[in-house]
Amino acid sequence: MRTTITVNGTAQTLDVDPRTTLLDALREHLGLTGSKKGCDHGQCGACTVLVNGVRINSCLSILAMHDGDQVTTIEGLGQPGALHPVQQAFLERDALQCGYCTPGQICSTVGMLQEAADGWASRETADLTAGISLTDAEIRERMSGNICRCSAYPQILAAIRDLAGEPA
Amino acid sequence: MRPFTYERATDAQAAVKAVAENPGARFLAGGTNLLDLMKLEIEAPTHLVDVGRLPFAGIEETDEGGLRIGGAMTNARLAAHPKVRERYPVLTRAILAGASGQLRNKATTAGNLLQRTRCDYFYDTTKPCNKRQPGSGCSALGGPTGYGAIFGASEACIATHTSDMAVAMTALDASVETMTPDGGVRTIKVEALHLLPEATPQVETQLAAGELITAVVLPPPPLGGQAYAKVRDRASYAHGLAMVAVAGGRVAFGAVAHKPWRAAQAEAALAAGASPAEAAAAEMAGADADDRRTHKIALVRRLAAATIEDAGSAR
Ligand SMILES: Cc1cc2nc3c(=O)[nH]c(=O)nc-3n(C[C@H](O)[C@H](O)[C@H](O)COP(=O)(O)OP(=O)(O)OC[C@H]3O[C@@H](n4cnc5c(N)ncnc54)[C@H](O)[C@@H]3O)c2cc1C
Ligand code: SF4
Ligand code: FES
Ligand code: FES
Repeated sequence: MRTTITVNGTAQTLDVDPRTTLLDALREHLGLTGSKKGCDHGQCGACTVLVNGVRINSCLSILAMHDGDQVTTIEGLGQPGALHPVQQAFLERDALQCGYCTPGQICSTVGMLQEAADGWASRETADLTAGISLTDAEIRERMSGNICRCSAYPQILAAIRDLAGEPA
Repeated sequence: MRPFTYERATDAQAAVKAVAENPGARFLAGGTNLLDLMKLEIEAPTHLVDVGRLPFAGIEETDEGGLRIGGAMTNARLAAHPKVRERYPVLTRAILAGASGQLRNKATTAGNLLQRTRCDYFYDTTKPCNKRQPGSGCSALGGPTGYGAIFGASEACIATHTSDMAVAMTALDASVETMTPDGGVRTIKVEALHLLPEATPQVETQLAAGELITAVVLPPPPLGGQAYAKVRDRASYAHGLAMVAVAGGRVAFGAVAHKPWRAAQAEAALAAGASPAEAAAAEMAGADADDRRTHKIALVRRLAAATIEDAGSAR
């Protein structure tokens, strides 16, 4: 089945089995191995990418659903020498150990900061009609869809805290 | 995953026809439940009709002063909608208590209502399960079943429906609107959409094959406060062991039955002037569980009393 998606700014047409997930299309067909497969069932967040600017789990999506979509992966956010502010913050705060969850954490952070900037509430938001202030509790809750097996959470939180409130 | 063919629907009526006429066909929305189950081969459709881009993704005001929510609207956008946050806070709170930011960006109104149970044995394809394989038996009976039902269970199945969103919609007296295979439109109360398991737990709702959920309609918000509470094994990103939604004088429970459970006895008690604790006790008098789930009756009773109390002091 033929599907055209724009990945990191480049249009790509793939002709693959309808069973191909967005994650497998990125990794196996386009060679973009930054996005990771942790659980393949929506339970870890390692596969998080941005689709039309919104964070999703690419393992629970098939490529065919994304015809015409704009996909951004960790490779498209920034590269050595021209890092995205979120990548830079993770680096400065040493917000990783093995690094397996990191691409998903970073893509998720980019999506999460936009959601907060758009005024989306979370379970931690006391007043649903007021603006959002990214307290530690808010950041933890909003990032709960990304599991870190190495438990680098304190440093991930520190990195996001550095960015919170600033446009990312 | 078993092989399947895929089409993207551009017209609702054609989508209904495509699924109604092909027993192997299923609707695909966000895919966060269906694709998960297909990977495990618990579901094995031969054709998927993607309804995610049908023009049912918005929200509009109804003439009655309520809201009509599109069946394809994402859970994240619904929870974030200013009118929902302002007038139906219990719905925003319920949605935000479920899944993760990423999943809520993908999950839709209709897909969320129709998500299947998280019963461990339903997911474990090496074990008998009447819901997955009718007649094979129920592996959950007699097991460690904190997730099992305490209302309306049967000998055939003790699974629960664990949608957070649906519990709030039940408390808000919402209805689903569908497009039926004969081209008609049908309205069903959310509280009547799902069925109790009885002898056929594989039949989960009263929808016909190919019947498409196009919207959920909320009546005007009830007088009185709203509140939502959820208890689970970890603080976030986990299905609930028990949920309670309160909207004015209406009370609903989640993860306690094969369907979102309207707590009619608690409502009647409240209307007659009972205290929150008395109202919760009135509902729990009808709960039933084996020895392994008696703790859950106490848990839901306390959670219900506390949530009714909270709603009373809200606003
Ligand atoms: C790790 C994880 C954690 C989760 N935690 C929670 C939680 O805490 N609380 C909670 O409530 N949920 C939770 N969920 C479940 C999640 O909410 C559902 O997967 C999601 O809402 C399903 O929506 P969807 O649009 O992706 O549905 P899909 O997977 O696309 O579809 C689900 C079902 O609905 C049918 N369908 C879809 N659209 C229509 C329509 N318009 N008309 C008729 N039938 C239709 C499909 O055929 C399918 O049978 C979790 C899921 C995961 C993976
Ligand atoms: S409780 Fe229902 S879903 Fe779970 S094993 Fe028994 S029959 Fe299957
Ligand atoms: S690989 Fe997608 S959530 Fe784990
Ligand atoms: S750094 Fe190893 S899993 Fe997060």
